[in-house]
Amino acid sequence: MADSNETLLETPLASLHRELGARMVPFAGYAMPVQYPAGIMAEHLATRAGAALFDVSHMGQAELVGEGAAAALERLTPADVQILKPGRQKYGLLTTRSGGILDDFMVANLGDRLFLVLNASRKDVDSAAIEAALPAGVTLKRMPDRALLAFQGPAAVSSLATLAPAIAGMRFMDVLAVEIAGIQTLVSRSGYTGEDGVEISVPAEQAEALARALLALPGATAAGLGARDSLRLEAGLCLYGNDIDETTSPVEANLVWTIGKRRRTEWNFPGSERVREELDNGPKRLRVGILPDGRQPARGHTPIQVGADVVGDITSGGFGPTLNGPCAMGYVAREHAADGTALDLMVRGKASPARVAATPFVPHRYAR
Amino acid sequence: MAEIKFTKDHEWVKLEGGVATIGITDHAQNALGDIVFVELPEAGRDVAAEEAIAVVESVKAASDVYAPIAGKIVESNQTLVDDPALANSAPTTDGWFFKIEPSDIGAIDALMSEAEYAAFVDAL
Repeated sequence: MADSNETLLETPLASLHRELGARMVPFAGYAMPVQYPAGIMAEHLATRAGAALFDVSHMGQAELVGEGAAAALERLTPADVQILKPGRQKYGLLTTRSGGILDDFMVANLGDRLFLVLNASRKDVDSAAIEAALPAGVTLKRMPDRALLAFQGPAAVSSLATLAPAIAGMRFMDVLAVEIAGIQTLVSRSGYTGEDGVEISVPAEQAEALARALLALPGATAAGLGARDSLRLEAGLCLYGNDIDETTSPVEANLVWTIGKRRRTEWNFPGSERVREELDNGPKRLRVGILPDGRQPARGHTPIQVGADVVGDITSGGFGPTLNGPCAMGYVAREHAADGTALDLMVRGKASPARVAATPFVPHRYAR
Repeated sequence: MAEIKFTKDHEWVKLEGGVATIGITDHAQNALGDIVFVELPEAGRDVAAEEAIAVVESVKAASDVYAPIAGKIVESNQTLVDDPALANSAPTTDGWFFKIEPSDIGAIDALMSEAEYAAFVDAL
């Protein structure tokens, strides 16, 4: 049980969450809605069927401003930031000097500056690391006065386009400054559910008005962090702190695709020695998708065995409402990482059979 | 109608014809959320009071279910195994978990009454 006396931060939507009957839980120092009265299962399925609104205002937002901002950010990430065109966004990793993952993040090119979205639990650590690496003339401007709303699902964009038609013309990972219901926002066609949808950055004082406008759209529903977690798990997306952290490398995490081609010739990002060695010789372990054979979910920290040997552990696991069955991801020794490999998940001390499986468990439906 | 008793672990116990039927309370199912899996004890197993003998898993988390009293398991609810959501929709009827033949029927008297349990939940 969380200590209810600790001082939790609130997002600009706190009173709306209470009005909607949310169950609030502590998450990364914030009081956040884990679910509304409909429950995680219904909110999850509503997102895959229609459109759901998530408050993700706890996440860090920042701008990197100044000549050479993209090159400066590359001092901390293996992503090719300089290749990013204006109006485009990409997913990347911040790495540590020893080749671990400091955080995963989104970066957008807004023409005259970069826009960053960072994990709530890591935004302070990230900001300190970025500031320490910046050359004169490039500055990091944190934006605690902005909220972030995710509007996700197959009906999200068509529905939102009734308020802001320009959004319908965006592709996956496009970003656009656009007015929605009279509110100036920054929209990116992206998300953390595997569905089409958008994330909308908005001034904190207008967040509630925007949220109410979105919830008033036909078929729109509110969804909490519980559904967000089951959606991203089915989509095979990593959760920082569970599936990736300072001990896991981009190669082990199966996120080599986030390393730019040019960066793989320069080898000038933090931890490049480890990444290069693991690319050349193979990592000792790999992040894989795992499907239990039965109905029993296996949660994070469940040991994975092959015979009597412990070969890894689950990092995220639960029940996939769309899959209508349990699913998980975790790290296994490389020789057990091929799809179809039989594993035993040691759930409460008993072996529960499972198989390595390709992710996503539920196909992505991005507007590519 | 038999009196229903309650435990601090949010189980209900109903004694009928010398056999106690046990399930989780409405408060418990609501706190757990959508229940997707249960693991129930085998019939014939001897259990001690407060021993963890069943598991209930919701979308979000796993929880143990305890034997409220000592005795022998006489039956587990296979319908619940096939349809775990019954623990949400009918926690005190079709969503029962298991039946125990108590070693000491008197042990049930020591459990909370409905009013005592309601006060216990209110104080949480």
